[in-house]
Amino acid sequence: MSHSLVTMSYIVAAILFILSLSGLSNQETARKGNYYGMLGMAIAIIATTLSGSVTAFGILIVALIIGGAIGARAALKVEMTQMPELVAIMHSLVGMAAVLVGYANFMDHDITITGVEKTIHELEIYIGVLIGAVTFSGSVIAFGKLSEKISGKPLLLPGRHWFNLGLLVASIVLGAVFLQQVESGGDAIIPLAIMTAIALVFGVHMVMAIGGADMPVVISMLNSYSGWAAAATGFMLSNDLLIVTGALVGSSGAILSYIMCRAMNRHFLSVIAGGFGTASGGEAAAIEGDVQPIDAEETAQLLKAAKNIMIIPGYGMAVAQAQHTVYEITKFLRDKGKKVRFGIHPVAGRMPGHMNVLLAEAKVPYDIVFEMDEINDDFVNVDVSIVIGANDIVNPSALNDPNSPIAGMPVLECWKSETCIVLKRSMASGYAGVGNPLFVLENTRMLFGDANTTMQAVLKALQG
Amino acid sequence: MKIGIPKEIHQGEMRVATTPEAAEQIMKLGFSISVESGAGLGANISDEAYQEVGIEIVADTRALWKQSDIIMKVRAPERNLKLAIEETDLLSPHSCLISFIWPAQNEALMQKLAAKHITVLAMDSVPRMSRAQKLDALSSMANIAGYRAIVEAAQYFGRFFTGQITAAGKIPPAKVLVIGAGVAGLAAIGAAKGMGAIVRSFDTRPEVKEQIESMDAEFLMLDFKEEGAGAGGYAKTMSKEFIAAEMALFAEQAKEVDIIVTTALIPGKPAPKLITKAMVESMKPGSVIVDLAAEQGGNCELTEKDQVVVKHDVTIIGYTNLPSRLANQSSQLYATNLRHLLTELTPEKNGILNVNMDDEVIRGTTVIKEGNITWPPPAPKLSAAPAPQTEAPAYPSVLEQQKKSIIHPVVKQLLPIVIAGLVLFGLGSVAPESFMTHFTVFVLAVFVGYQVIWNVSHSLHTPLMSVTNAISSIIVIGAIVQISTNSTTVTILAGVATLFASINIVGGFLVTRRMLEMFRK
Repeated sequence: MSHSLVTMSYIVAAILFILSLSGLSNQETARKGNYYGMLGMAIAIIATTLSGSVTAFGILIVALIIGGAIGARAALKVEMTQMPELVAIMHSLVGMAAVLVGYANFMDHDITITGVEKTIHELEIYIGVLIGAVTFSGSVIAFGKLSEKISGKPLLLPGRHWFNLGLLVASIVLGAVFLQQVESGGDAIIPLAIMTAIALVFGVHMVMAIGGADMPVVISMLNSYSGWAAAATGFMLSNDLLIVTGALVGSSGAILSYIMCRAMNRHFLSVIAGGFGTASGGEAAAIEGDVQPIDAEETAQLLKAAKNIMIIPGYGMAVAQAQHTVYEITKFLRDKGKKVRFGIHPVAGRMPGHMNVLLAEAKVPYDIVFEMDEINDDFVNVDVSIVIGANDIVNPSALNDPNSPIAGMPVLECWKSETCIVLKRSMASGYAGVGNPLFVLENTRMLFGDANTTMQAVLKALQG
Repeated sequence: MKIGIPKEIHQGEMRVATTPEAAEQIMKLGFSISVESGAGLGANISDEAYQEVGIEIVADTRALWKQSDIIMKVRAPERNLKLAIEETDLLSPHSCLISFIWPAQNEALMQKLAAKHITVLAMDSVPRMSRAQKLDALSSMANIAGYRAIVEAAQYFGRFFTGQITAAGKIPPAKVLVIGAGVAGLAAIGAAKGMGAIVRSFDTRPEVKEQIESMDAEFLMLDFKEEGAGAGGYAKTMSKEFIAAEMALFAEQAKEVDIIVTTALIPGKPAPKLITKAMVESMKPGSVIVDLAAEQGGNCELTEKDQVVVKHDVTIIGYTNLPSRLANQSSQLYATNLRHLLTELTPEKNGILNVNMDDEVIRGTTVIKEGNITWPPPAPKLSAAPAPQTEAPAYPSVLEQQKKSIIHPVVKQLLPIVIAGLVLFGLGSVAPESFMTHFTVFVLAVFVGYQVIWNVSHSLHTPLMSVTNAISSIIVIGAIVQISTNSTTVTILAGVATLFASINIVGGFLVTRRMLEMFRK
């Protein structure tokens, strides 16, 4: 294949990737978009393989087949509730690949460039490895936190900002040493290796300091990093396809992080710096009052009497795998002519769009699933709202208690509905560790127990 | 402990203190229950229905009272004419009695109960607090009374409630005036509204205006400033001037409306006389007055307690046992109130009463503790007054209260632009041309990405992440171009990188496809 033909293939692949992302603007075109993405990837790989610079076909094919088989198995086996973990671990793979490609490129002495171009090239390697390493270790920790192998609580080391700053300065100094060594023909791999270790530590420390409720931000931020890592690799290899794709993914992740931060009314920097609510002034108001419990039977009665019902799912629904039962109830109520809708908070769950995927898995039609902004004004018309395993996203103190750690975060105002039923395992507070005055409001009823078991009891009571 | 439910002996009392459903729940708290034979008949509950859930039926009244540690009743103890004995004498000493007592009106009864070292919990003394709502029997009975008042009125009223236009002519809707919008008043408003009448309502407490309007009734405004809410959310006696203005309003309304339901009560005082003889005379013939305050002397001058009388062509209903006239319903609610009280009293669920005087609700309800009269209780800590229940609390937004930044906003806005400009300038001054071509591509791609991603539907954020994940493994290209070198290390590194990236490619695209397949309309 001639060089021009390869470049042309790359342009086609880049366009297909852009189409793939723009296809996601709605559900109908999304499936087609995904196929565009696959096609683009196939074109890119085939064109590269046939470009003439590849001779080691054996290793290449073996690696592709083994990797593909592992990937396919993971994709087909994963539970929808475990999507955040899968995405996190996949980010780490991209990060790792970026590190490896960087090292390979560094050790590859066939490349003959000199002067400023060489310096820039080495710098690109350095940066690519840095971003890749941070992405890798950060994603591994995020995976650990999401799969609850590591505690979700933020780990706040004393003087952690200074520690981060120290790591940054060390990386810059090592970068200078690295460039010097390269130019003088010395052993440049040592500063590179030390920097890699520092970047790994930085990634671990950064994600460890972030609380569980901020996970959606972390996931989308790591998504962004994996893109930048690819773009940096593209610069290193002078490959425009890598640059374009990396930039697309990088900006996608950055925008998602921004949307998530806005949904929590927090600054991106404060999320990254870690530690939930450390900035707030006085003590948050203590929650006083008594909860009014309700049982499944009474819940069914309330639902039978209601005309307009809103369901607010949260991470608890994912944990209990209750989405199918919830949909059975929805179907039953809709058959009875009731208006049933779902209200989704942007940060419900552990990754952007997590709840939508779970509801889609349970076959909930997406035209009754609404965004917080679309539906928040409508709660006054709702007879019964059911909060399933959500806490911070329905916490009124975000609006009325300036000292609350989540003050100012937009929340689903379910307390404005006539009755609000909250499903909860116990009275423990949410991931953010914040008390919730919703539970003691006059029009709130608490339905304790595992979300799936209780919803099944409600379904039985409805049918019976 | 054993709970005994005797048959009510008060004339015309049809209610019973427990139902099979409530009894089942009470037994789960560790109690055993006996019911006097025939106790539920007035409320259409047969002995068999009780037996089905495992309740013992006791035929002998004396035996029932004797064997029970706790007696639950509706009415306060009185003289049993059939057995010619006082019910208080039937109580075994040191036992517990739960019923309506009205301690303020029944001084002698209180003394007698105290002398027998009885623990008495009065269902009429449940404090008016949000926590105690579930055991507030006064409210649940008032609700029934209000509903029944409209049903009684409908029976004596000679017309439809709802307006109709028929082939046989036009029927005007009935106009109903409800005085006093407490629980009973609101229930009456709801019932009358449900039947299609035009409903107006008056109350001295301005804060109930919203509640009345929420029931779709008209609130009659009195152009007069005076706060009508007394302690505990009840009404209080108003000033002379206020009453005069109020009476003028009623006199004017009396001429116009067809049905008047009065529910005005002030705790511990005779009912205020609101409807005078002159007003009754001014009403249209065939009109109906239901006086829910008949027990305390009536809101209407012409009311006769427990009687229905026709005076000046106006039917005046003075029944005092309206809840009893809906005995099944009121027994159910009362039984549930009692069940909630027992739940509060047995936190351990072991069937042993724990009259915890530190608990505000139990303290207020207990009027005699082991022979010591504890009534009246200390004033409640918080007045349950306002807290309009129809409206959810409105929260002021705190968004504006965030701290002002020290940096001037213009500087803050310009700073990133300036920094970005300097960085670009610095880069442009040193970078070689080959870098700049790539950089152009990079910047343009970032902008394309920015435009495309903002259009992505929120619900597709998870698929977006997995698909970007898949395409970010385009890094595999970097590995592929390096895989064929002479250096084994480089080949191994590139091979491993290819392996990792291909996991991601296949995994990412397949899982996205799986997710997208699920999104169905």
